[in-house]
Amino acid sequence: MFLEIDQLSKSFGGLQALDRVSFEVQMGAIQALIGPNGAGKTTCFNLISGVLPPSAGSIRLMGQEISGLPPHQIARLGLARTFQNIQLFGGMTVLENVLVGQHIHLHGGLVATLCNLPDIRRQEQRAKTFVRELLDFVGLADKETWSADSLAYGEQRRLEIARALALQPRLLLLDEPAAGMNPRETEDLMALIAAIQERDITVLLIEHDMNLVMNISKRIVVFDQGRVIAQGPPRAIRQNPQVIEAYLGKEEDEDDV
Amino acid sequence: MTEYFLHIAIISGLYIILALSLNLIIGYCGQVSLGHAAFYGLGAYTSALITIHWQVSFFLALPVAAVVAALFGLGLGIPTLRLKDDYLAIVTLGFGVIVDLILLNLDVTGGPDGLARIPPPRLGGIDFRDKVWYLLLVALVVAFTLGLISRLVHSRHGRALKAIRDHEITARVMGINASAYKISIFTLAAGLAGLAGSLYAHYITFINPESFGLHTSILVLTMVVLGGMGSILGSVVGAGVLTILPELFRRFADYQDLAYGAMLIALLIWRPQGLLGSGKISRKFSLAKNRAKKER
Repeated sequence: MFLEIDQLSKSFGGLQALDRVSFEVQMGAIQALIGPNGAGKTTCFNLISGVLPPSAGSIRLMGQEISGLPPHQIARLGLARTFQNIQLFGGMTVLENVLVGQHIHLHGGLVATLCNLPDIRRQEQRAKTFVRELLDFVGLADKETWSADSLAYGEQRRLEIARALALQPRLLLLDEPAAGMNPRETEDLMALIAAIQERDITVLLIEHDMNLVMNISKRIVVFDQGRVIAQGPPRAIRQNPQVIEAYLGKEEDEDDV
Repeated sequence: MTEYFLHIAIISGLYIILALSLNLIIGYCGQVSLGHAAFYGLGAYTSALITIHWQVSFFLALPVAAVVAALFGLGLGIPTLRLKDDYLAIVTLGFGVIVDLILLNLDVTGGPDGLARIPPPRLGGIDFRDKVWYLLLVALVVAFTLGLISRLVHSRHGRALKAIRDHEITARVMGINASAYKISIFTLAAGLAGLAGSLYAHYITFINPESFGLHTSILVLTMVVLGGMGSILGSVVGAGVLTILPELFRRFADYQDLAYGAMLIALLIWRPQGLLGSGKISRKFSLAKNRAKKER
């Protein structure tokens, strides 16, 4: 299995944010995590990406145990992510932001860099070419010299995705990519996620937009109060009474989430 | 009179090296250091001691001073760079005070009297007691520092540093080993300060701990903030301005520290990005950050 989450738990003091969560992600699939706010979805992402250490349980990426590794090592194993509240490098340009994502693919330590060896310059050129392709892919090619925080909201979301793709990951975690987007932007985003999947990148996403989730995910995992209460293909999830009670039923009168 | 201008130029050069190196830590890496003068002092004393006691050539003592200062930087950096903001400021401040006290109390450093008769550099027929030659020497080291730092900040390492400064967690998620970077940069900056220390010792030929205390750390910090955190040219201008201005207002020398303090506070309130900074980066350190939050 590509990604295996087994009995994963996390507590913050007395609060059990995640309680023995288990699920799997197939290689090449688009899979969604859904659930009410505070159900533990983002905590789950933070544990997978190494931002927080788990209290118990295991996370295996392509067979390798990654739980408890620091985030920069997990990134090198092929995992990239975006954040629920956009985390761009505001002091840098659009191009530089995405170049940061290429960091692990560039070689040459401090000394080689300070000597400005030809190989370093060649690598830098290659990285720029690749990054410009990515900006084109997410539709930001004409804005590479803009400062990242001067972009419109939807563009910032796409820039964050481009930056994550620059890591050339095997697994991409998207934390509420459609949050705050209008229906048109959401349509574009769905197309973008589908195109990402075609690049042989497995996508695990957290999303509240049910239209998006039901349309593009192969499987859905439903969280509630730190537990997984259901998982399966979209059709089964839609009809699961427990899910309807915990989440989907409430969605009707909480369309702002 | 020419002598006097040459002197000012040489001292400016030393402060440019100090400001540039501190800017690496503060402006590019986003870490606070209030003990930078300690590395300057360690470089000065190392260089002075080995040239006095072992008759080592200055041109060997200069890199040795840098290495020794860098090793102290590494030693301080490894345990402390996990700390953030205020805590790091306190620890580096403490380090500065400790080094100052050690220099004051050891026999080998001459205590409060310091070290005298430090040999000026000699190379072939060139006598570096001639200030023109010494200025040339300092200018070379300044050029080296400038080249090194501008190459660094425009490379992938520079991007990594800025990423750490802007959002450390995100930087780490991007595959950047933030702790290793912070420690390396702290070490490099300490080494550069050591270079400046060695140049100072062999220029003045007499050193005592007074030159390397908190006062100097704050002065260099003011230069960086005045010029603009994260701006190379800013550090050069900041160092130049704060070396030349006090010369123009010699009469008020007693109030210098007061003036630096007032200037630092005024800058942080009204122009946190400094004279030449880009503005966005220094929010972390300023009141403007809270203001921006409120506006949202």
